[in-house]
Amino acid sequence: MNASNSLLLLILASSLLPGLVIFLLHEQSHRLRTALNLFGAVLKLVLVTVLIWGVFHERVFETRWTLMPGLDLVLHADALSVLFVSLSTLLWLVTTIYAIGYLEDSPHRSRFFGFFSLCVTATVGLALAGNLFTFVIFYELLTLATYPLVAHKGTPQAVRGARIYLAYTLGGGVLLLIGAVWLRTLAGPLEFVQGGILSELPQLDPWALRSIFILLIIGLGVKAALVPLHGWLPQAMVAPAPVSALLHAVAVVKAGAFGIVRVVYDVFGIEFTASLGLLPLLGGLAAITIVYGSMKALTQDHLKKRLAYSTVSQVSYIALGAAILGPLATIGGVVHLVHQGIMKITLFFAAGNYAETLGIHRVSQMNGVGKRMPGTTLAFTIGALGMIGIPPVAGFVSKWYLGQGAVEAGVAAWVLPVLIASSLLNAAYFLPILYRAWFRPAPAAWPEEHPHKGRWEMPAALLWPPLVTAGLALAAGLFAAAPYSPLTWAELIAAREYR
Amino acid sequence: MNDVLLIMPVALPLLGSIIALALPRRAEHIGLLATAGGVVATLAIGWQVLHGGQLQLALGGWQPGLGIALRADALSTLLLIMSALVMLAASLYATSYFAEPQIKTHFWPLWLLMGAAVQALLLSGDVFNLYVTLELLGLSAVALASLGGKRAAVEAALRYLTVGLLGSMSYLAGVALLYAAYGTLDIPTLATRLDQQPAAWVALSLMTAGVLVKAALFPLHFWLPAAHANAPAPVSAALSALVVKVAVYLIVRLWLDLFAPVLTPAHAGVLGVLGAIAVVWGSWLALRATRLKLMAAYSTVAQLGYLFVFLPLLLATPAGLQRDIVFGALVVLALTHGFAKSAFFLAAGIIQQRAGHDRITDLGGTARALPVTTFVLALAGVALIGLPPSGTFLAKWQLLAAAVSSGQWLWIPVVGVGSLLAAAYVFRVLGHAFGPGERLGPTLRWGRQEVPALLLALVSTLGLGLAGNGVWTFLGRTGPMVWGAT
Repeated sequence: MNASNSLLLLILASSLLPGLVIFLLHEQSHRLRTALNLFGAVLKLVLVTVLIWGVFHERVFETRWTLMPGLDLVLHADALSVLFVSLSTLLWLVTTIYAIGYLEDSPHRSRFFGFFSLCVTATVGLALAGNLFTFVIFYELLTLATYPLVAHKGTPQAVRGARIYLAYTLGGGVLLLIGAVWLRTLAGPLEFVQGGILSELPQLDPWALRSIFILLIIGLGVKAALVPLHGWLPQAMVAPAPVSALLHAVAVVKAGAFGIVRVVYDVFGIEFTASLGLLPLLGGLAAITIVYGSMKALTQDHLKKRLAYSTVSQVSYIALGAAILGPLATIGGVVHLVHQGIMKITLFFAAGNYAETLGIHRVSQMNGVGKRMPGTTLAFTIGALGMIGIPPVAGFVSKWYLGQGAVEAGVAAWVLPVLIASSLLNAAYFLPILYRAWFRPAPAAWPEEHPHKGRWEMPAALLWPPLVTAGLALAAGLFAAAPYSPLTWAELIAAREYR
Repeated sequence: MNDVLLIMPVALPLLGSIIALALPRRAEHIGLLATAGGVVATLAIGWQVLHGGQLQLALGGWQPGLGIALRADALSTLLLIMSALVMLAASLYATSYFAEPQIKTHFWPLWLLMGAAVQALLLSGDVFNLYVTLELLGLSAVALASLGGKRAAVEAALRYLTVGLLGSMSYLAGVALLYAAYGTLDIPTLATRLDQQPAAWVALSLMTAGVLVKAALFPLHFWLPAAHANAPAPVSAALSALVVKVAVYLIVRLWLDLFAPVLTPAHAGVLGVLGAIAVVWGSWLALRATRLKLMAAYSTVAQLGYLFVFLPLLLATPAGLQRDIVFGALVVLALTHGFAKSAFFLAAGIIQQRAGHDRITDLGGTARALPVTTFVLALAGVALIGLPPSGTFLAKWQLLAAAVSSGQWLWIPVVGVGSLLAAAYVFRVLGHAFGPGERLGPTLRWGRQEVPALLLALVSTLGLGLAGNGVWTFLGRTGPMVWGAT
């Protein structure tokens, strides 16, 4: 095994091994646990940087391990996996810092951080999966690793939310498994190849392929929260704030969306998917989800629930991008994988800060919070403006490319109205929050104020993560054309996809 | 003359059993020594089989047909190793499980006798020998199940005894018929002589029915849950992981090695359908069970069902690579279940002893008080559901693949529903275990009972899940799975 082969294993191990050791630690060994967490997260970031460089220069990274006759566990790094791996690694580091600050003195921290690391390991494994079989394995592992995080608080509400989460995701997992096995028996090993593999195989029954596609999309759509499979997401809101942040920005929802992108581009191939007549189906589902999620978000007073429905809506931009034939739409969808992640994680960090510092859980309690917590509210504002699609925040770039792609593909007639409606709805549910926060007078007393002595409005470990991610969201928009920006990387993916 | 090795997995526990009876004070040490020796012997057999193909030993120098022949091929060797490992882990566990000296003195001789019977059955090469080992296994298992003398346990054991005897008698009648018709009891010889005639049919039906009772295939499973749930934990582990499993092994042997020429897909279809019902019905009852060990016992009914679902798929797949892969999946499933279920029962026993009960709804606080034990339940649970990275996941993938490629779509929803029900009953337990509760006392991480349970669970999930290909390689190395007459 040469160095480039073991790199992928090292990237997995850099979160897996610290996670396993953390399980064995005593609750009180706070310093050792923090050191292990940060060591793993920083190490992973370094390793991923090497990977980015290598993939940009078209180096091949691959590791194989035979699990069964004819079925290999394959780790493989291509441009798309690198995009997702970088996102997860960067946001894992930020979220770990946030979580260390957030969970100060709460019980079962060893268990929490152990599963947290396993969750990231599964996500990174899924990003690096080199065939559908490997993808299914990590997809299920992700379910297993996140369940204890959702149930973490142990309250009846949390246990119920976790049970609903499990019912949805395992149900979807079974359908995904059946679809994957079926496709495997028809088409062989199903390695992810840019441009897909199915178009080159002759004499496949198109109806069988259509059924398989639907099975796969349902299985992935559960995690991606496509309507009507989104029911678990608002329920999973009971999880601690760092978990929600990770769930919505990196791990679960993104895993589903990433899977859809993989299936469309690298298993079926977008042109072949189009020739089977499946793109309108996926596009329709995505469009319904985008509008429906935004409309539901409008009616939520609970802040985290409003953000959850906003996720339902925003993640489907990725699926929408995959449902439009043409490189510009591909760029828009793929880049949104990153943009939505950094913007949404900012919003959840901020929501966690409001709840921790002032006991604010509802939109109606947010009057005047901007003056009391300017740093957090600034980050929240940037994230919210990005979600609406206001330049120069990253969200604008995604929507711009999606719109251009729709025009290019000749489907502007229904895509543009969806985009416009969604942006108006985004504005309708985010702007009132910003107005309340900055311009309404603060109430005489906050719901439940936790005094904090220090220079800033709250501990640094909680304040800096949202500011950093908000900065990233701004930078991704401002410097979209710079080398190694998410946009240029998405262009690289699209160029390799359509060559 | 390395084939003498074949006698060791039987002789060591048998000898241990007798010595333990004579020296009750040393019983524990003798038991550990004998089971550890059994592991060494089976591993040595595994080495031999891997490098030299199947082994055969004619006891006392008599050739098969007259004397007792012992045989080991890849299939029996893998099961031998699995049972030896499970016996050793459960023995380690048992040294700190039983408190009363009197029960201890009863336990070890019977326990070793049962171990010897399991190994002897796996090594037997003729149909009458199989009867003797089956009977010996049944009797020692019944005695062990009633150990402790609680009313429920004794009642369940008595039912187990009656049903088991009926099964053995039916099997014996079939053996008699075969001997009358063909004049031999040796399986490879019989297989070459068997033809389409009423005697063969009747013998097939009688023997199959007899063994199916012991394998607890729906609707003949009724005796199992009470017997397995009320036995002491190490006994439950061995009963669920090994005793019923070797009965399924016997079915596989009889159907694929002996009666293959007279069987039609329709016959296998019947067993497959019964297996499918067992999967769904057993899982459903496991979900409704109020006690942890009862749940595990119903789960055994369901998991054995999967093994029977493999039969119609095996018969529908033409001999060759594809069929070997499906057969390997059957073996992986059987092995994984053996390790996972024994781990699960051992963990359930720890909880039962600590809490004084095993009511699922009252398990709150378990995760805090017994973190390692809860982890064992979760790991073993992953294998029972069939999620990665367990061996069951690999086996189910192949089961689905075989169903797709042979066009037997019926089994696909069965696997799906069975897996979801299994997830429901496993996570129901974990949900309660992670809930609040204070009555279990201070946190205990590593006791003497936790380590063997954890090791078994790790083998079932990570071990067989990541190194499962070794099973296929091992089976493939020794040629076709059918016993050849040598």
